[in-house]
Amino acid sequence: MNKRFFLIAIPVVAALYGLDYFLNEYINEYVVRVIMNCGIACILSMSLNLVNGCAGQFSLGHAGFMAVGAYVAATLTTVFPAGPSFQSHLGVGMAILSGGIAAGLAGYLVGLPSLRLRGDYLAIVTLGFGEIIRIVILNIEAVGGPRGLPGIPRLSSFFWIYVWAAITGLVLFRIIRSSVGRALLSLREDEIAAESMGINTAKYKVQAFVISSFFAGIAGGLFAHYQGFVDPSSFSFNRSVEVVIMVVMGGMGSISGSVIGAIIVTVLPEFLRFLDKFRMVVFPLILIILMLLRPMGLLGHKEIWQLFRFKRSLKKAVA
Amino acid sequence: MTLHAFIQNLINGLAAGSVYALVALGYTMVYGVLQFINFAHSDIFMLGAFGGLYLASWLAGVHPQPLQLALIMIGTMAFCVIVALTVERIAYRPLRNAPRLNVLITAIGVSLFLENLSQVVFGADPQLFPSIIKTVPLLEGDDIILNNIQVLVVGVSLFLMLILHWIVHHTKLGTAMRAVSFDIQIASLMGIPTDLVIAFTFVIGSSLAGSAAILYGLSYPKIEPFLGVMIGLKAFVAAVFGGIGSIMGAAVGGIVLGLAEVFTVYYISSSFRDAIAFAILIVILLVRPQGLLGSVRKVKV
Repeated sequence: MNKRFFLIAIPVVAALYGLDYFLNEYINEYVVRVIMNCGIACILSMSLNLVNGCAGQFSLGHAGFMAVGAYVAATLTTVFPAGPSFQSHLGVGMAILSGGIAAGLAGYLVGLPSLRLRGDYLAIVTLGFGEIIRIVILNIEAVGGPRGLPGIPRLSSFFWIYVWAAITGLVLFRIIRSSVGRALLSLREDEIAAESMGINTAKYKVQAFVISSFFAGIAGGLFAHYQGFVDPSSFSFNRSVEVVIMVVMGGMGSISGSVIGAIIVTVLPEFLRFLDKFRMVVFPLILIILMLLRPMGLLGHKEIWQLFRFKRSLKKAVA
Repeated sequence: MTLHAFIQNLINGLAAGSVYALVALGYTMVYGVLQFINFAHSDIFMLGAFGGLYLASWLAGVHPQPLQLALIMIGTMAFCVIVALTVERIAYRPLRNAPRLNVLITAIGVSLFLENLSQVVFGADPQLFPSIIKTVPLLEGDDIILNNIQVLVVGVSLFLMLILHWIVHHTKLGTAMRAVSFDIQIASLMGIPTDLVIAFTFVIGSSLAGSAAILYGLSYPKIEPFLGVMIGLKAFVAAVFGGIGSIMGAAVGGIVLGLAEVFTVYYISSSFRDAIAFAILIVILLVRPQGLLGSVRKVKV
């Protein structure tokens, strides 16, 4: 927490607060909704990128962690007897944080089997966990079961969603740049080689899972308190797939890539509305074409500013 | 009483499990050769069900019924094979040397494409699969009913699996398939046309999915564009559970899964029907990460 951090953070927070006011006053609700969804998608994709992109552990259960966060937070503010006392910005913030922590614990549970499993087996186990979480929620009557949980206070605003997105981005970026991040990258490149270099692969895998699912839980909580309603079908396998698509589209291991991927995956279907019912046919086609033409994702392993830096050095070299 | 219920569940479970097993075989074979989860396989199954539906209305005049059913089944299998080969050629073959995750994402893309396209083409509402063969109870005791559809489902599945076993273990092509799944590079060095063998794997997998779709339509006559999603996931679970890449494993896994589901519905609760598959999977993988009948492959740096 040095001086530079505050020099950047304070204007950013102020700008977000101003934008929040601006959006509420001047922009129509549909556009605001898309922007909010973008923010939540960014948190999801950045957090999944830590496990999928950096650590190379293929997880297909991100929606499950999101569901845990959403339901824990929503239960605290809605079902819980002392719920109404949570219904302020601070209270909802606390509830969302608890949702994140609960999701982190769930991530710990899922991270444990990942010690023994690799590749597609891990993918299918995380998928299984995600589905089990969803089916368990479906069977809990207290949170509405299949009917969903209505009446959640709609308190997650543009400001909160994007503050959390900024925190997620910052934390993940710092992690990737740290020794933990280097360890995760080595895991992705070659697990056996990493292990033989003395890296405690088990520890780092579980760490990555816990951090990633914590932020997924936060995204879930924000989602619940933005929609005002959650039901188990919002957290189906398709949601997990959507997040994986964002990560791969943006580039594995690239945080800014994840942001771009999240924005494309959220906004593109809106722009394709003119295609009417063919909209959801064209979207997967774009995905397939992207995979065929640019298999490393839009940014590859690089961050967006590294791309520009590369160009600059190229220009120098040419000159 | 309880014994009768047990036997009845056993019959139902076997019938459900054989369909899973047939779909699981397609997953496990493609996985064995290319090491990726062919998510589009579940949609090949779904398209097979729709293909069967339309074929049945075209061939409605054909008698006797067994001939009609056989024609529908062969037609559906051919249709599924064409779709699968097209997908393989356009989407998967260009990515043969790409990272596996990309192939996986492409497969998911193909799956979404087929689902959404068939929603546009066939409509989102469930359609009724025609009862090509009338359900006739063959055996009616107290509390036990064994009908002809169940016998047909189990019988046809068993027959197809035996053919598959023969192809894989007693033909030249089967030997080539096993060689490719053992090591694709070395197989191609030995002069095996790998692209052809891979295409043939897709042919076998998709024709099994096509026949499974007809059998499914006969037993559960409600067809919709997202029909394949859950069945595909469960069939894949069955394949992993039995040891992915192992043909025997997929068959066993499918049947165990079908039985487990039916018994869960009867003895626990119908709402946990979809969870049990994943619960079993997780337990099995924790105890035996390579699956029931899978072999351990040493990974080297």
